[in-house]
Amino acid sequence: MMNAISDALIITKRQLLQLARVPEVLIFSTIQPVMFVLLFRYVFGGSIDTGQPGGYVQLLMPGIFVQTVAFTLAATAVGLSADMQKGLIDRFRSLPISRSAVVFGRTLGDGVLNIVVLAVMGLTGFLVGWRPTSGALNVFLGFVFLFVFGFAMSWVGVLIGLSVREERVAQNVTFIAVFPLTFLSNAFAPTTGMPKALQYFAEWNPVSTMVAGCRELFGLKNEFGATAGSFPSENPLLMSIIYMILIMAIFVPLSVRKYNNAAKK
Amino acid sequence: MKAVIAEDLVKTYNKGSVRALDGLNLDVEEGTVLGVLGPNGAGKTTTVRILATLLAPDSGRATVGGIDVLKHPDEVRKIIGLSGQYAAVDETLTGWDNLIMFGRLYHLSAKEAKVRAIELLEQFSLSEAAKRPIRTYSGGMRRRLDLAASLIIRPKVLFLDEPTTGLDPRGRQDMWGVIDELVKGGVTLLLTTQYLEEADHLADEIAVIDHGKVIARGTSDSLKKQVGGERLEIVVENENLQATKEIVAKVSGSAVNVDEGLRQISAPVTTGSKALIEAAKLLDEKGIHPLDIGLKRPSLDDVFLSLTGHVAEEKTDENLETATGRKKGKK
Repeated sequence: MMNAISDALIITKRQLLQLARVPEVLIFSTIQPVMFVLLFRYVFGGSIDTGQPGGYVQLLMPGIFVQTVAFTLAATAVGLSADMQKGLIDRFRSLPISRSAVVFGRTLGDGVLNIVVLAVMGLTGFLVGWRPTSGALNVFLGFVFLFVFGFAMSWVGVLIGLSVREERVAQNVTFIAVFPLTFLSNAFAPTTGMPKALQYFAEWNPVSTMVAGCRELFGLKNEFGATAGSFPSENPLLMSIIYMILIMAIFVPLSVRKYNNAAKK
Repeated sequence: MKAVIAEDLVKTYNKGSVRALDGLNLDVEEGTVLGVLGPNGAGKTTTVRILATLLAPDSGRATVGGIDVLKHPDEVRKIIGLSGQYAAVDETLTGWDNLIMFGRLYHLSAKEAKVRAIELLEQFSLSEAAKRPIRTYSGGMRRRLDLAASLIIRPKVLFLDEPTTGLDPRGRQDMWGVIDELVKGGVTLLLTTQYLEEADHLADEIAVIDHGKVIARGTSDSLKKQVGGERLEIVVENENLQATKEIVAKVSGSAVNVDEGLRQISAPVTTGSKALIEAAKLLDEKGIHPLDIGLKRPSLDDVFLSLTGHVAEEKTDENLETATGRKKGKK
């Protein structure tokens, strides 16, 4: 067990070293979400009436945080797929290390990257008017929530990354999967305007429950998701926790198994 | 003591439609080098992947260092080194970073990992490039670093899957030098290659595989003998062809082959250098000065051709072009 953790940490350290050697990666993976904050804040912010004090940016920030961490799935998938193509996964598998170390280390590394990105985004949000009103503890809890959600999504990325034939496929597959998930939600606009079927989907979408949960933790009523009075929109935090547990319960074992049978395609 | 044993390995892909290994048997004596020679798709990489615990066969069994590969893969991983066809190191990181990372993954302490990295960088002439990212390395340097990474724990058994594929002639020579040194150090080595010359140069014994089976096995010499003995070959000026043919017929006692285009006369001989000396003497008596005279032993290409009915495919380097004259571009 101790070895499993220390082996995983070596893999995580490798990822951080990569960032140190090629800092552009970190810079650009931070610029993109910051750009999203600014675009949404100033493009949609003026035309969407939230009926809440502080304006659109208060509702936007949780949405964009969740979108960003949801995309951890893509980062993990692309990274592992690249390792696989280059034969690194083969080498790791020929070493006397714990069978989960490489994938665990990778998801942890992508989690650490999320912390940096979330911090920069939060700061940017603050500069453009985001003011959580719930007190330091709740804000901290909100970020813990986001971190864990990103970590859970990362495990889905492991399975995708080890299943596809090459990096570009990993990139495309994950974008196709995550984009609808983040937009068919309450993250950027009220779900009330959607067709009924989509509303229903958006209501139960884990991205929606996460966004609603974070809005609560940042001291905000979740106007965007409270349409149907359904269970997930009434209990977004509880539902999010259930989703995260479910995702990990399914994808951690599947991913570890996939890694142990991984073969270059 | 056998360091590696593989018995009746079968591995199929695509629900049995592709038989990558079809009852493969081989073994490697401790401290020796076995060259596994075969064309692309013969099953070389699949064999290595099974022995290195990366892949489970459909049936059959294998041991490495006396340990069952299927039952105790973790124990096997502690005594093997694997260096693959593609340089499996992290290109973003420096050579140093890579060796430290792999050292730590082999559970060396931070200090031990450093000491070992310094040693290996020195041994593989990479000390100066240690702090540069791998992506700035030449192909040969990458392979050397990859090999260094597989030697961190001084493995008992080393698997090298096509260690020189894709390298230029200089890189290949360097790699051969490095491998020669390792072998002198007593490591047991199983090496796959599609280069006949490479197997000849590096291996004590050669297993020729085709379509997932070992079709011949022995030393380079014994394989060549299996194909046929030596041939006496003499090249002369046109006007001496007839006279030389008679001499060769007399020395050989068998059918003589005359290639007028090459002005070459050849025939199988059984007495080796004695036949050569006799022929030279007779030529001299007749006042014929041969342009070239020699005993030719069959090349491994001849071996492959006669064993499989086809030449080793997918030549990737023109320097290793076979005597059969088959030419293929770089892949």
